[in-house]
Amino acid sequence: MRERDVPQEGNATLDGKRKAIYAVGDDGKLRIVPSRGWEVEETVTRQALAELERHAQQARERVAAGHSSPLEYHMYRARMDLALLSQATGLWRWRVRRHFRPAIFARLPRALLQRYADALGMTPEALSKLDPS
Amino acid sequence: MASLLRHQGQPMSEAMAFGLSSALAFAYLPFIRLNGLPLIAYRMPPGTIIRGLDRGLRLGVRFETFRDPDAGMRRLDELLDAGHLVGLQTSIFWLPYIPRDLRFHFNAHNLLVYGREDDEYLVSDPVVEHAVRCARSDMQKARFAKGVFAPKGKLYYTTQPAARADLTALGKTALARTARIMLHTPLPLIGVRGMRWLARGVSRLPTADGGAAARLYAGHIVRMQEEIGTGGAGFRFMYASFLQELAAATGYAALEGLAQRLVAIGDRWQEFAIACARMIKRRDPLDPPALGVRLREIAADEQSFFRDLNHARLAWKS
Repeated sequence: MRERDVPQEGNATLDGKRKAIYAVGDDGKLRIVPSRGWEVEETVTRQALAELERHAQQARERVAAGHSSPLEYHMYRARMDLALLSQATGLWRWRVRRHFRPAIFARLPRALLQRYADALGMTPEALSKLDPS
Repeated sequence: MASLLRHQGQPMSEAMAFGLSSALAFAYLPFIRLNGLPLIAYRMPPGTIIRGLDRGLRLGVRFETFRDPDAGMRRLDELLDAGHLVGLQTSIFWLPYIPRDLRFHFNAHNLLVYGREDDEYLVSDPVVEHAVRCARSDMQKARFAKGVFAPKGKLYYTTQPAARADLTALGKTALARTARIMLHTPLPLIGVRGMRWLARGVSRLPTADGGAAARLYAGHIVRMQEEIGTGGAGFRFMYASFLQELAAATGYAALEGLAQRLVAIGDRWQEFAIACARMIKRRDPLDPPALGVRLREIAADEQSFFRDLNHARLAWKS
C-alpha cells in the first residue's frame, strides 16, 4: 500500500480515533501512517454489531411475550453468548439456560442475581428489568 | 512490546520486535469458536511473540497469572511502584477508552501500563494513538474476564537489560523460524496449508439460504484480518517493514526486494477484504468459491515468497 493510498474514509466505528498503518512512502521505504479508517473495516464491524443487535432484539421480543427472562436479553446486550456467560459466571450452561425461563428467573436468589450482574457489568435490580435506565 | 524493550535501553521499532520474534504466521483453528465463528490468526499469540524476543535478547521476561483478582491487582501495583513497565493481557470489552463499537469479547488484547495515579492506571495501548488512563475497577474486570483465552490476570515484565543484539544472527534464526512455521508445520491448519484449508471452507459456504451465514463468515475473516490490532494485511506490511530495517541494519540487500514482494502480498489481502466487504454490502453477488480462489492465490504467493525468503537466508554470508 502506498502512503497516499492509506484510507482516510472516516470509519465511524473508530469514534474519531486514528489507527497506525504501515505504508510505502515515495522513497520505497515502509513507515507508519495514521489512518482515519477504512470503509471495509467499518462494513465488517457494523455487520458484526448488527448481528449481535439482532440477537438482542429477538431475545427482547421473547421476553416481552413472556417466553424468556430478561437475563437472555441482557446477555446479548453485553455482546455475550451462552458459552461466554456460562464461563463468566462459573455456572453450567444448562443452569443458565434454565434461568432463561421467566418463572425460574423470578425466583432466583439474590446471590445468583449478583453473580450474573457482576458478569454483565450491571446491578441486580437492572438485571430483572428490560429497560435499565 | 517494543516500548518494553526501549525501557530496557534497547532501541527497537515495533516492526523489528515483530520480525525478530518470528511473529508472522497464519492459523485457522475451527475448533476455537468466537461467537460461533472460527478463530483465524494472522500472527503468533502474544505470549509466543514475547518469548521469542526473550530468547533472542535475554530479557529475563517473567510471566505471572493469578487466581485471585485482588492478588493480581496488588502485584500490578507493587511492580509499578518498583518502576517496572508491565504488560497485561486483557479483554478489550471492558476497557472504557476503546471506541464502543470496537469492544467485543476478545481476550487476547495486550497493553502496557507504565504508572498509576490515584485510582487510575496510565496505559499505552497499541490500538489508540495516545496514552490513556483506565480506572482500577475497569482494569480488574478486563484482566480477569472469562471465556476463550481467559487472561487470568496475566502480566509480564523484564528483569534484566537486553543483551547487545547481533542482528545478523538473530535475523537469520528469526527468518528460519518464520519460514518453517509458514511452510513446514506438520498440521494442515497452520501456515500456507491453513490458508488452503480456510479457502476450502470458504468455497463450501452455503448460499441456498440467502447467504446470511456465509456473509457473516466472510465478514468475520475480514474482521480478524483488519480490525483486531493491525490486522492480517497490516501484519504483512509490518513484516515487510522489518525486512527493510533488517536489510538496512545488516547491509544484506536481498531482503529489500523480498520486502517489496511482501508489500504486494499485503495488497492482495486487502483486495480480498474489499471483495468480501462488497459481497456483504450486496454491491457484488455473493460468491464464496470466488473468495476461495482468491485465498488460494494468496496462499500460492505466500508459499513462493517464504520459499525465497528461506533461500535468501541460506545464501546469507557473513
